[in-house]
Amino acid sequence: MIETFEAIARNYRQNEGNVISLLQDTQEAFGYIPREAIDYYSQTLGIASSRFFGVVTFYAQFRMKPTGRHKITACCGTACHVRGADRILNSLRLELKLKPDEDTTKDGEFTLEQVNCVGACSIAPVVIVDKKVYSKTTADNILKQLRALKGPSHDEK
Amino acid sequence: MTKNKTVVNVCMGTGGMASGGAEVLQAFRAELEAAAFPAEVKEHCLAHRVGCRGLCAKDVLVDVLTDGSVTTYQFIKPDMVPRIVTEHIIGKTPVAEWQVGEDYENFHQKQVKIVLSDCGKIDPEDPDDYHAVGGYGTARDVLTEWLPGEVIEEIKASGLRGRGGAGFPTGLKWELGRKARGDIKYIICNADEGDPGAFMDRAVIEGNPHAVIEGMIIAAYAIGAHHGYVYIRAEYPLAVERLKLAIERARRRLFLGRNIFGTTFDFDIQVKLGAGAFVCGEETALIASIEGQRGMPRPKPPFPVNKGLWQRPTVINNVETLANVPYIMRRGYQWYASHGTERSRGTKVFALTGKIKNPGLIEVPMGITLREIIEDIGGGIEGGKKLKAVQTGGPSGGCIPANMLDINVDYESLAKVGSIVGSGGMIVLDEDNCMVNMAKYFIQFTQEESCGKCVPCRIGTKRLLEIMERITKGQGKEGDLELLDTLSNSIKVTSLCGLGQTAPNPVLSTLKYFREEFEAHVRDKKCPAKVCKDLITYSIIEGACKGCGACLRACPAGAVTGEKKKPHKIDPDICIKCGACFEACKFKSVGRD
Amino acid sequence: MARITINGKTIEVADTATILQAAKLHKIPIPTLCHHPKLTPFGGCRLCIVEVKGMPKPVTSCTTTVGNGMEITTSSPYLQELRKTVLELILSDHPNDCMICEKAGDCTLQNLAYDYGIRENRFQGERRTYAKRDNNPFVERDLEKCILCGRCVKACDEIQGVEAIDFGYRGFNSKICTSYEQDLDCEFCGQCISVCPTGALTGKLWIRKGRKDHQEEVDTICTYCGTGCTITAHVKDNEILKITSKEQTMNEGWLCVKGRFGYRFVNSPERLTRPLIKRNGAFEEASWPEALDHVAKRLVEIKAGYGADAIGGLSSARCTNEENYAFQKLIRAGIGTNNVDHCARL
Repeated sequence: MIETFEAIARNYRQNEGNVISLLQDTQEAFGYIPREAIDYYSQTLGIASSRFFGVVTFYAQFRMKPTGRHKITACCGTACHVRGADRILNSLRLELKLKPDEDTTKDGEFTLEQVNCVGACSIAPVVIVDKKVYSKTTADNILKQLRALKGPSHDEK
Repeated sequence: MTKNKTVVNVCMGTGGMASGGAEVLQAFRAELEAAAFPAEVKEHCLAHRVGCRGLCAKDVLVDVLTDGSVTTYQFIKPDMVPRIVTEHIIGKTPVAEWQVGEDYENFHQKQVKIVLSDCGKIDPEDPDDYHAVGGYGTARDVLTEWLPGEVIEEIKASGLRGRGGAGFPTGLKWELGRKARGDIKYIICNADEGDPGAFMDRAVIEGNPHAVIEGMIIAAYAIGAHHGYVYIRAEYPLAVERLKLAIERARRRLFLGRNIFGTTFDFDIQVKLGAGAFVCGEETALIASIEGQRGMPRPKPPFPVNKGLWQRPTVINNVETLANVPYIMRRGYQWYASHGTERSRGTKVFALTGKIKNPGLIEVPMGITLREIIEDIGGGIEGGKKLKAVQTGGPSGGCIPANMLDINVDYESLAKVGSIVGSGGMIVLDEDNCMVNMAKYFIQFTQEESCGKCVPCRIGTKRLLEIMERITKGQGKEGDLELLDTLSNSIKVTSLCGLGQTAPNPVLSTLKYFREEFEAHVRDKKCPAKVCKDLITYSIIEGACKGCGACLRACPAGAVTGEKKKPHKIDPDICIKCGACFEACKFKSVGRD
Repeated sequence: MARITINGKTIEVADTATILQAAKLHKIPIPTLCHHPKLTPFGGCRLCIVEVKGMPKPVTSCTTTVGNGMEITTSSPYLQELRKTVLELILSDHPNDCMICEKAGDCTLQNLAYDYGIRENRFQGERRTYAKRDNNPFVERDLEKCILCGRCVKACDEIQGVEAIDFGYRGFNSKICTSYEQDLDCEFCGQCISVCPTGALTGKLWIRKGRKDHQEEVDTICTYCGTGCTITAHVKDNEILKITSKEQTMNEGWLCVKGRFGYRFVNSPERLTRPLIKRNGAFEEASWPEALDHVAKRLVEIKAGYGADAIGGLSSARCTNEENYAFQKLIRAGIGTNNVDHCARL
C-alpha cells in the first residue's frame, strides 16, 4: 500500500498535480480512498488532512469505502429520468436490499452507483453493469442480469 | 480517405460503443480479412472508427463508401456484417433492407453543420485525418499571418457567443483577456458538461477533439496565453481517452509545445478531470477545482478574466465555442455570421432527447423554430403521443409548452419565455410526463449539487424541494404554490453563483405554464399524467389478465400473487408502485389509476 | 479616493474599500453574519446585500469594491424582504433553543432575528441533527447551531495557520469537519470560538456558568508571556467565568490556549493562601513573618557559604508584571546573581 502511495505522491510532485488528481490516482489504484492514504499524503506533502477530507467529501466521484465485486451504474440524467430511470433504480435497491444510505450490499458483491448523466441520452434509459452498457433498458431486464451475476446459489422465490 | 477505395465507417461514439460498435468494427475487420479475395479487399477496403454523427438511437450506424457513393446502414449487429461484406463490398449490391430510411435523411436535412461538420467523417484518433480536411492548417495560418488583435476582431465580427449557457460574446471575452494585466495567462476549455440530458461536448470531443485543440491554440494566441487546461468530466471515459490521445499526437507533430508550427509561440494543454460536481461548470468553482480545492464559487467581481486560475488572467470557453473557432477563422466572419439571427449568430448544437422519435445530436442555425426541430428533424413524438412541452437549458432552464412551438430558438427568444438556450439540452416531454415531477426532478438535482456555500442555495433549494415533494405526495397545502413563487424569486436574486441564481427556473416556468397540473396535485391530490407514485395505484384488470406470471416475476416487492393461467392480484399494502408489473405486462392488464 | 453616495449621502472613501467598509466607516448599518473584518471575505450569508444603481440585482457589500460615482442603497423594503427570507431560511435549519443557549444575548443571529421580527417561519423543514459530540477538552462544538459562515475555518487557517477544520460534504449536508470527523485535536487557541457568530462554538469551561447579561467585564493584560495580550475577564460573583479579547486590542482579539483557557487557577481551591514550611518532610502552615524570616535567613547563609551564583530564582507567569519585576530586582540587586527566569519568557 505504502509503495503505491509513494508512487502517486511522486507523480504529484513531478507533474504539478493537485489534491484532486492525487485522490483520483489513489481511487484508481484502490477503488476507494483509504484513510491511510490521507494520513500518508498529509504527512509527506504537508497538506492538512482536513483539506483532503473536505475535498473527498465534496466530490461525488470519491468513495471512502471499498466497492463491491460488481459495479452497477444507473444513469439518472434527464433523458433517463423521463424514461423511467427512477423505477429501475428503486427496483435495483429493493433487489439488492440496500438501505437509503447504503450503496454496497452486505456481502460486498454489488455496489449501486447513481450518476447524473453518462451522456448517452439517445439510448436512454442506461444502466452500466461492470462496464457493459445496457441501453433502452427496463427494470426487468437489469434484474435478470443481476440475478445471473448472483449465480445459481441465489434462491429464486 | 483515398479515392477508389472502399471505406467502412463504423460509428463509435459512446452511443455506438454502447450498442456494440467495437464488435461491429471487429467483425468488419475480421470478415474483410477472411473474404474471398483477401488481397483485393484488404488493399482497397479500410474499416475504421468515426465519432458521433448524431443519430445514436439508430446505432450501430455504418457507412460504406464505395465507387464514390455512400450507403448508410442502421442497427447493425456483428452477425449482419458477413452479408454486407459479401453482397455489398464484394458483390456491389447494397443490402436494401438494412439501409437507413427517410427519417435519417430528414434528420440531417434541416441541420447546418459547422462544429459537427467533420464529426462522423474523420477518425478522431488520427490528426492526419483532420489535417486532410484542412485542420491545424488554420491555426498555422493564424499564427503566421494574423496579429492577435486581428483574430479578436474577426471573432467579434462573427458574432460568436459563448455556447456554455450565458451567451457572452466570445470576441469581447478574448479582448478583455488580452488587455488584462499579467505576464502569465491561461485559457481553459470548460468540458465539464454537467447538465443531465446533454451530451454535445462529449460528442464533439469524441468525434473531433482536434477542432477543440485548434480552437484553443487560436484562442491562446489571441489572448497571449501559453498554458491551457481542458477541464473534462471523468464520467466521459471515451472522450477523455480520445482527447488525451489527440493532445499527445498533436504534440508529436509540433502543433503543441514549444515553437509550435515553427513560430516563436509556445502553447501546451493539460487535461484535468472533474470529480463529479455540477457546480464546477461555474467558472470560479471550476478554477477552484483545477487548483485542487473544493469547488465552491466565489463572488464576482473580480472576474476570472482579470483574476482567475492562480490569481492570473484566465479566459474560460466552452467546448462548442472553441470548436467553432477554427471554422470561423478558415471561412471568415461573414460566412459564419450569415447563419443565425441578428443577435444570435451561427449554429447551435443541441442534444435532442426524451420522447422524440429520432433522438440525437443536432446542429441547427440559431433562429430555427422549435417546431422544425421537433417535427422535421426529430420526426415528431414517438408512439403517436401528444407533445406536452420541451425543456431546454437543463436544471437552469425552463419548459416551453406545446402551444409555443413556433418560437425561434435563439438566446433572446428563449429568454423571453422564461427558458434559456443553455448548453444545449433539449428534452421533449409528452402527455405521459408529469410537469410537477419534472420540476421536482430538476430542483432535486440542483439541491444535491449545491455546494452549500450560500444560504439561499443551500437551504432555499432544500425547502423548494421539500415543498415539491409534499405536493407530489398529495400533501400539498393551500398557499404552497405562492410560497414556491416567493421563495424561487428570492433564491434567484440572492444566490451567490449561477447555480443558485438559475436553480428555481424549472419550478417557475412550469408553475407559469402548467399551473393547473400543480393545482390538480395540491387540490385534487391527483397526478394527471399518472407519474407521481403516491397519487396512483396499480391493480390488475381481472378480465384482461391471462395469468402469464410476467408481473409476478417482475415485481421486486412480492406484491403480486396468483396461480398460473388464473388472474393475478396486487396487494396494495405491499406494492411499492415501481411500475415493473405495468411494464412487464404484454396484455395491458395492469391498470394504473 | 472614490466619491460614492450611500442612501443619498455623498462620502469619500479609499477606492480599495468595499461597500461594507465604507458604510461602516460612516456608521451606516448593514447586517452581516459571515463577514469578519480580520478575515478574507466569504460572501456566503447574503445578508449584506445592497442595491447599486445600474446593477441588475443586489450585490453583497462585503465583496464589492466601491467605484467612483456609485449610488448605493443599503436599506429598502425590497432589501429588507430579501434579507428576511434569508434569515428565515437560516433559522429554519437552526435549533430554536435560545432559552438555554450559551450565546443568548451575545448572538448575532439572535439579534438579527430580533431586528427583523422573525417569530413565525414560512420555511419549516428538515433540520440537520448530529448525535455525535466532540470530546475534546476545550471547544464545545454544537454543529446543529452552525450556520456555515466559515469564519472558524478562516480563523484556523488565515490567523492560526493550523487548518484543523475545513468545510466537509456539500449542499445541505455541509458541515465543518476535522479530518474524518474525529474529535478536535489542535492547539486549542480557541480563535474559532471567538469568531463564531452563533452558539455553535463555545468554551467547555464556561458552559452553564452564566450568560452575558450576568457578567461583569474587566479588561486586563494576560500575564502568561511577554506578548502582553489585552484580555477581558468575564466575572460573576468575583469568579472569572471566561476570558475573551476585543478586536481593537494590539493582539487584535486573538489569544492562545493559555490566555483563553488557562484562567482557572485564579479561583482554584488548591491555590496557596498561607505560606507553608516543610518540617520533618511535611508541609506545615506558618505565619508570613515566620516564613519570610526563614527564607531570608537561608538565602543569606547560602550566599555566604557558596556565593550568590549558587542561588537562582524562578517566578511564575501567573503573577502580575509588577510582582515579577520586583522579584527579579530582588534576585539581581538583593542577592546579586543573574540566575533569574520566568516561564513567560518567549
